[in-house]
Amino acid sequence: MPLLSLAIWLPIFSGLLLLALGRADQARLVRWLALLAALASFAVTLPLMAGFDNATAAMQFQENLSWIESLHVRYHLGVDGISVWFVLLTAFITVIVVIAGWEVITERVNQYMGAFLILSGIMIGVFCALDGMLFYVFFEATLIPMYIIIGVWGGPRRVYAAFKFFLYTLAGSLLMLVALIFLYFKSGGSFDILTWHKLPLAGEAQSLLFFAFLLAFAVKVPMWPVHTWLPDAHVEAPTGGSVVLAAIMLKLGAYGFLRFSMPIAPDASREYAWFIIALSLIAVVYIGLVALVQQDMKKLVAYSSIAHMGFVTLGFFTFNELSMSGALVQMISHGFVSGAMFLCIGVLYDRLHSREIATYGGVVNTMPTFAAFAVFFAMANCGLPGTAGFVGEWMVILGAVQYNFLIGALASTTLVFGAAYTLWMVKRVYFGPITNPDVKELTDINGREKLMLGVLAAAVLAMGLYPKPFTDTMHVSVNELLKHISVSKLPAPAAAR
Amino acid sequence: MQWFLLFPDLLPEVLLLCCALVVTLADLWVKHPRRAPTYWLTQLSLLLVAGAHWYLFDAGQAVYTMGGMVVSDPLGHLLGFFASIAVMITLVYARGYAADHDILKGELFSLSLFSLLGIFIMLSANNFLVTYLGLELMSLSLYALTALRRDQANATEAAMKYFVLGALASGFLLYGLSMMFGATGSLAIPEVFAAISSGRVNHAVLVFGVVFVVAGLAFKLGAVPFHMWVPDVYQGSPTGVTLLLAGAPKLAAFALTFRLLVEGMSGLAADWQQMLVLLAVASMAIGNLAAIAQTNLKRMLAYSTIAQIGFMLLGFTPTVVQSATTSAANGYSSAMFYLVSYVLTTLGTFGMVMLLSRQGFESDNLSDLKGLARRSPWYAAVMAIFMFSLAGIPPTVGFYGKLAVLQALVSTGDGFYIGLSVVAVVLSLIGAFYYLRVVKLMYFDEPAADPHPIAGGGDVRLVLSLNGLAVLVFGILPGGLMALCSQAVIKALSS
Repeated sequence: MPLLSLAIWLPIFSGLLLLALGRADQARLVRWLALLAALASFAVTLPLMAGFDNATAAMQFQENLSWIESLHVRYHLGVDGISVWFVLLTAFITVIVVIAGWEVITERVNQYMGAFLILSGIMIGVFCALDGMLFYVFFEATLIPMYIIIGVWGGPRRVYAAFKFFLYTLAGSLLMLVALIFLYFKSGGSFDILTWHKLPLAGEAQSLLFFAFLLAFAVKVPMWPVHTWLPDAHVEAPTGGSVVLAAIMLKLGAYGFLRFSMPIAPDASREYAWFIIALSLIAVVYIGLVALVQQDMKKLVAYSSIAHMGFVTLGFFTFNELSMSGALVQMISHGFVSGAMFLCIGVLYDRLHSREIATYGGVVNTMPTFAAFAVFFAMANCGLPGTAGFVGEWMVILGAVQYNFLIGALASTTLVFGAAYTLWMVKRVYFGPITNPDVKELTDINGREKLMLGVLAAAVLAMGLYPKPFTDTMHVSVNELLKHISVSKLPAPAAAR
Repeated sequence: MQWFLLFPDLLPEVLLLCCALVVTLADLWVKHPRRAPTYWLTQLSLLLVAGAHWYLFDAGQAVYTMGGMVVSDPLGHLLGFFASIAVMITLVYARGYAADHDILKGELFSLSLFSLLGIFIMLSANNFLVTYLGLELMSLSLYALTALRRDQANATEAAMKYFVLGALASGFLLYGLSMMFGATGSLAIPEVFAAISSGRVNHAVLVFGVVFVVAGLAFKLGAVPFHMWVPDVYQGSPTGVTLLLAGAPKLAAFALTFRLLVEGMSGLAADWQQMLVLLAVASMAIGNLAAIAQTNLKRMLAYSTIAQIGFMLLGFTPTVVQSATTSAANGYSSAMFYLVSYVLTTLGTFGMVMLLSRQGFESDNLSDLKGLARRSPWYAAVMAIFMFSLAGIPPTVGFYGKLAVLQALVSTGDGFYIGLSVVAVVLSLIGAFYYLRVVKLMYFDEPAADPHPIAGGGDVRLVLSLNGLAVLVFGILPGGLMALCSQAVIKALSS
C-alpha cells in the first residue's frame, strides 16, 4: 500500500473536490466533509508510525517511479526518523485547523477548507520527497494556498502581508532552484537526494551550494535578518493560517537544513557553522527582547516563534546527537505549543475582535476554563519542565554547552526571555482587574474549543512527560546524519576526517 | 485529387491553401448572422491540417522537396501542429467576442487561415527566400487583421504602427539575408551553413549580416530594444486579433530563429549568442519592470510577453560553448518547450480577457478583474492557474519551461551561464509581483458595484476550462511534451 502517496494525495484530492463542488449555502455540509477528509488523512498517516522500524537509518515506505523521463526526475518518496514525525504532525494540525475554523469562517467555507486540505497534502509532500525536483515543486506549491489564505481571510493589511510572504519565500527558493539544477549537472543527471548525499564536491562548490540553500531555508525558518515577513504574515493571517504557518511551514525550512545543506555540503556546513550559530543566537537573544515589547499578542507569539526556531538551528549546527535530537524535538513541540498559542489568541479574537494586549485584562474571571488552557500553553512556551517545550530546549542547551560553554550560556537566556515575555503577556491578558467592560461580557469556551485545546494540551503533556517515542525514532537517523557530516566530501586525498 | 500526391510531404500546406480559398469563397454565400458555416468550415480545415501535421510528425523523417526549397521535418510538423491548435482555440474564444465587436466577418477567418499558411511556410522553409515569403504572408495577413476594426482610432493606430515597424523589420531581415547571400553565394540554408563552416568566407561580412538578421528577428519576436510596437499593438488590436498575434506567430518566430540562426548560421554561433544574451537580459529586465506599472491588462500582458520571450531566448544561448555543441539539442528543445508552454498559457489569459469583455466594450483594465473570485470562482481559479504559470510557480507548466531553460544554462558548467541563470531567476522574481497582483485583484478585492454578468457561450467556457486544466496537467506531467520537443529538435539538428 503506497502509504505516503495516500497521505499526500488524499487531502489534496479531497480539497480539490471541496473547491469544485462546495456551495456557499452548504457551509454545514462542507465543514463536516472537510473534517471527515482531515480525519481520514490523519488516519492514513498512523500506519506509518506503527510500521516504522526504529533500528535503521535507511529510508522507509519508499516509492520510486519515473516522473519526467527527459530530465530524470523521479517520483521518489520515503521517510526516515527525521521526517516521519512531521508527516503525522502536519496531518494532525490540519484536523485541529479544520475544527478551529468551524464557526469562525462563514464566507467561502469550501474554499477555506479546501485550501487548508490542499496545503496539508503539499506540506506532507515536502517532508516525504526524496527527489530534489519533487521537493522543490512541493516546497514552492505551498506558497499558492497560503497566499490565498492570508489574502482572502486575513486582517486589514492582508494584501501587504500576503505579497511579502510570497515574494520573500520565492526570492529565497529561486536560488535554491539554481542550486538544485547545479547538483543535477554535477551528479551527471540525477535529481535523487540520496545520490547527492554521496556526491563528492569541491570546497568552492560546497560553499556556493550551502549559501544558496541557506537563503532559501533561512527565509522559511525564518532566521534573523530575513525574518521580517513572519510577524506580518502571522498578524494578518486568519487563526488557522497562523497555526499552520507556525506549526508546520516554518519547519519546512529547518527540515531543509537536515535534508539538503548538511549532508550535501558537510564541509561547508562545518566551516560556516559559526555563522549559523551567530545568527541563531541573535534570533534567540535579540528577537526574544523584541518579543518583550510587543503590544499585539499575535506579533508577540510570532517573535517568540522566531526565537524558538533560532534554538532549532542552533541545535542543528552544534553537531552533536543531543542537540540535534533536541532541535528536532523542539520543532515538534513548537508545532503543538505555538499552534495552541495562536488558537488561544484566535479564541479571544473571535469574541472581541482585538489582538491588543491592552484590550484585555482579567479574562480569567469570565473565562476560567479557557484561562487554564492558555496559562498551561504559556508555561509550555517558556519551557516549564513536564511540558513538551522543556524537553527540546533542555537537550539543545546541554548539547550547546558540550560544544562551547559560552554559546550554551547565551542560548540558555531563552529560558529567561521566554518566561519574561510569555508570562508578562499572561499577566496582562488573563489576570489583574477587568478594565474593559467588554471583557465582563465574555463567555467561556464551548465544547468545540475545549476539544481542540484539550487535544493539544494532551499532546503537549504527553510529549513533555514521556518523550522517549520521539527520541527513539530519531536516534538512529540522527546518528547516521552526524556520521555522514563528519566525513569530508572534498575530492582531495588529504581531506581531513 | 491526384495533385495532392505530387507533394505528399507538403500535405498540410497544400491542404490549408485549398481550405483557405474554399473558406474565402464560401463565405460570400453565407447569410448567417454569426457566420456559423464559415466558422465551422474553418475549424474543420484547422482540424484537418493539424491532423496532417501530426501524421507527418509521427512518420518522423526529414524530407527535402521542391528542389530543396522546403523541408518536411518533425520540428516543422510539431510546431505546425501546435500552431494549428493555437489558431483553433483562438477562434473558439474570438467568435463571440468578434460578434460583439462587429468584426465577425469572413475576412477574420480567411485571413487567419492565410496567416497560418504563412506560418507553415516559415516552418518548412529551407531557403532564405521561402522563409521571407512565409514571413510576409503571415505578417500581411496580421496587419490586415489588426485593422479589421477600422472605425476605431486605436485599432487603426495599432495597425499602422504594426505595419510600419513590421515592414522595417522585414527590411532589416532581408538586408541581413542579402549580406549572407553576398558572402556565401547561396540562398539555400544547407549551402549557407556549409559555406560558413568551411571558413573560407569573409567573417566581417558575415557578422555584419548576422547583426541585421538578429535585429529583424528581434523585431518579430518583440525583444528589447525592438519591442516598442508590442504594447501598443497588443492593446490597440481587438483582443481576438491580439491573440492571433500572440499565439501561433510566436511559434513561427521560434522556427524562423531556429532555421536561420541554428540551421543556417551555426558557424557564427559565438557572434549571435552574445547578441541574444543581451537581448534576453534586456527583455526580461524591461519587460518585467514596465509590466509592473501598467493598469491595462492587455498592455501588462504585452510587457509580460516581452519578458517571457527574453527568457525563451536564453535557451538559445548555451548551445555552442567553446565550439562544443554537446548541449545544443538540450538548449534548443528547452527554448521550444518554454515557448509551447507559454503559448498554451497565453491562449488562456487572452481568452479570459475576451470572456470578461461585454457587448461592444473591452474589459481590459486590471480593475475589471476585481472580485472575480466572488462572481465566478471557477474562472477566477482558471485565471489564477494561468497567472501562476506565467510566474513560473509549480505545479504549472510555466514552471517546467523555466526549469528546462535554467537547466540548459546550468548544465554547461560554465560560470558565465550559471551567472546568467541567477540573473534570470532574479528578474523573474520581479515578474512574479505583477502576476500575483492579478490574483490579488481577483481574490482579495471586492467586486465593483454592478458587475456585468460573464458572457461567452458554452463552447468558450468549455475550451477555457480545458485550457486551464491543460496548464495544470502538463504542470504535473510535463514529461511527454518535453520528450516531443527534444525529439523534434534532435532530429532537426541531425539532418
